[in-house]
Amino acid sequence: MNEVTYNDKVVRQFAVMTLIWGIVGMLVGVWIAGQLAWPSWNFDGLVPWLSFNRLRPLHTNAVIFAFAGSALIGTSFYVVQRTSHVRLFSDKLAAFVFWGYQLVIVGAVLTLPFGYTQSREYAELIWPLDVLLTIVWVAYAVVFFGTLAKRKVKHIYVANWFYAAFIITIAILHVFNNLQIPVNWHLSYSVYSGAVDALVQWWYGHNAVGFFLTAGFLGMMYYFVPKQAGRPIYSYRLSIVHFWALISSYMWAGPHHLHYTSLPDWAQSLGMVFSLILLAPSWGGMINGIMTLSGAWHKLRDDPIIKFLIVSLSFYGMSTFEGPMMAVKTVNAMSHYTDWTIGHVHSGALGWVAMMTLGSLYVLFPRLYGRKQMYSTQLINVHFWVATLGIVLYIASMWIAGVMQGLMWRDVNPDGTLVYSFIESIKATYPYYIARFIGGLMFLTGMFIMAYNVWKTIRGDEPADLPLTYGAKTA
Amino acid sequence: MSNSWSIYIIIGVIVQIIAYAWLLLATSKTEVEGADHENDTGHVWDEDLRELNNPLPKWWLNLFILTIVFSLLYLVLYPGLGNIKGVLGWTQEKQFKEEYALVHEARKEFFSQFAGKPIPDLAKDPKALKVGGNIFANRCAVCHGSDAQGAIGFPNLTDEEWLYGGEPQDIVTSITNGRHGVMPPFAQVLGEEGIKQVATFVRATWHGKPGDPEAVAAGKQKFQNFCAACHGVDGKGNKVIGAPDLTNEIWLHGTSDAIIETVLHEGASGTMPAHQGVLEPEAIRLVAAYVYSLSHKQ
Repeated sequence: MNEVTYNDKVVRQFAVMTLIWGIVGMLVGVWIAGQLAWPSWNFDGLVPWLSFNRLRPLHTNAVIFAFAGSALIGTSFYVVQRTSHVRLFSDKLAAFVFWGYQLVIVGAVLTLPFGYTQSREYAELIWPLDVLLTIVWVAYAVVFFGTLAKRKVKHIYVANWFYAAFIITIAILHVFNNLQIPVNWHLSYSVYSGAVDALVQWWYGHNAVGFFLTAGFLGMMYYFVPKQAGRPIYSYRLSIVHFWALISSYMWAGPHHLHYTSLPDWAQSLGMVFSLILLAPSWGGMINGIMTLSGAWHKLRDDPIIKFLIVSLSFYGMSTFEGPMMAVKTVNAMSHYTDWTIGHVHSGALGWVAMMTLGSLYVLFPRLYGRKQMYSTQLINVHFWVATLGIVLYIASMWIAGVMQGLMWRDVNPDGTLVYSFIESIKATYPYYIARFIGGLMFLTGMFIMAYNVWKTIRGDEPADLPLTYGAKTA
Repeated sequence: MSNSWSIYIIIGVIVQIIAYAWLLLATSKTEVEGADHENDTGHVWDEDLRELNNPLPKWWLNLFILTIVFSLLYLVLYPGLGNIKGVLGWTQEKQFKEEYALVHEARKEFFSQFAGKPIPDLAKDPKALKVGGNIFANRCAVCHGSDAQGAIGFPNLTDEEWLYGGEPQDIVTSITNGRHGVMPPFAQVLGEEGIKQVATFVRATWHGKPGDPEAVAAGKQKFQNFCAACHGVDGKGNKVIGAPDLTNEIWLHGTSDAIIETVLHEGASGTMPAHQGVLEPEAIRLVAAYVYSLSHKQ
């Protein structure tokens, strides 16, 4: 009887691309952070595709969809096989998912800098790319759920609940937010108008955070944290409660992006209320992760990968406290439109998403390439510290900048005029833009250290796919 | 919003909040049988992935309940449940109008101290200048610059040159009613050569730039036919219609030959927006005093 193996080829492909897209996306991020600190980096608009407004969507799309997306699809293929004890539903379809998804990303790189955009935040891709992504996503869902369907274990592992919620919801969000009427090959108009259009966009926008960057990564967390710590999940019932509460309340939270706008009051209130309710369900995931690690604290001493995971969970807890707080109307009236929002996003994107991804990749690479461990544990440790300090510098500077801007914009003279003109608030922000640039540069430096470490680990013969260890054991 | 949508929203919200309560109630037993740090659920995945079944942390449960209670209370007080207005009757329009009325009253009282004083006097009063400067920074600096020295197409307010006159009443009129300056395009009338001739004439006559005498003569003829009506035979302009003086070195749209020829070709226009209804008359007088002071330093 032929030995059945896992399909690790597609996971290897996604893992390598995660690293590459991470470097690309963060490089663009550091560049545009530099443009804010030193506007001359825009070259006075002489090279339009190098200007901030063209590169900013490239940065967000590259880190969210290319880096985080490749990490999510890759790890979900790895996890669903291991926890279902079967090979992927279809190798051909999985290969199609990989190449199709990479094609979408290349399409983004070839359109966004040249000004082809739908002008919807995080949904900038023009309609032909949206159609391609829809097809790829359906194939992804078929592979994932097909694999789950033929699983050899009765219970569906908790990581797969979160991956499943992520896959289904992103499909719904993507389709409904991109309902557009095409005019030509690159131009299209939304079927929604006015406040409805804005609401749909931010229903999408916030749930892209909630399901792409949160639910999906909780899936990753629920596999890699107990695996690396060698500890059981802390509480099964907590995972049930926080799973259902999380995915149901995220759905309502979008309107908090539209406080004090033409969106009706009732919708704003519901957005705020459900954002507050979201606090406990979010922390449920953090508690389950951190309590799973407890009992393995001694491993923090000599396993830097655990450090990545615990810091990731800590940032998750911090930003999911910050988020509901910023959704409160009174706070939002000051924080909205300031750099505080940018700081909040990055404590999630760098602190939670990237640290979880990097920790998981450090677990994955040696296993995927049949090595005992990473080439250098010391370099993982260096990466950890450079990245963590970079995040702290980034977030702290954006906090100060954001609160300062909010206070400056609302400061009023006795004659009812504003104390500061807008440009004065920008001038006051420069030192923080430079600090943020340095923070981002540190995080990017960590990525290069990792790339070197991974290259040293995986070069040489490509290993064969691993056998179904579970099957071998029970046979 | 129609009633059916309103009911749909109310039911959706209430059902979801009840579902949270049920979910918490159903799982909140603090003692779980056969599940603690030693005993897991018995499920195993991928060789060594197991699950304990610890109870929900009490503080976490309380936090969850607290946010639910707060939310229910908030939805009673504020609009949120469909068409139900909320006990406080709060709307964001109302909040805006209330805060605006407060500021408006405060401004009225604050401005009263400057009432009736002539603008040249206000232009010497540091307190009035501070207020006028504030208003300028908020309203005017975006075009005229925070130093009021203007930019291409936006007049410098610190010099002695005024398109529409620099007396206090002229400035007040400019701010209150706005201005619209139009230089018509002359490409059709003058032709390529005519444009060059007029430009040469202007620069040779008033700016000492040597030019082909024939072109200057031809340009002079054309200037008197087509340009003098607004800019005057002597090129000194006309403040009634805002036609600029062409004899000095102050050029609204730039001084190069290319720019002068382009403006002759395509014409140019500029708009100063009216501030009647945007700023109170007293605020307009204060900002006028500030602008007046810029070219009348003691």
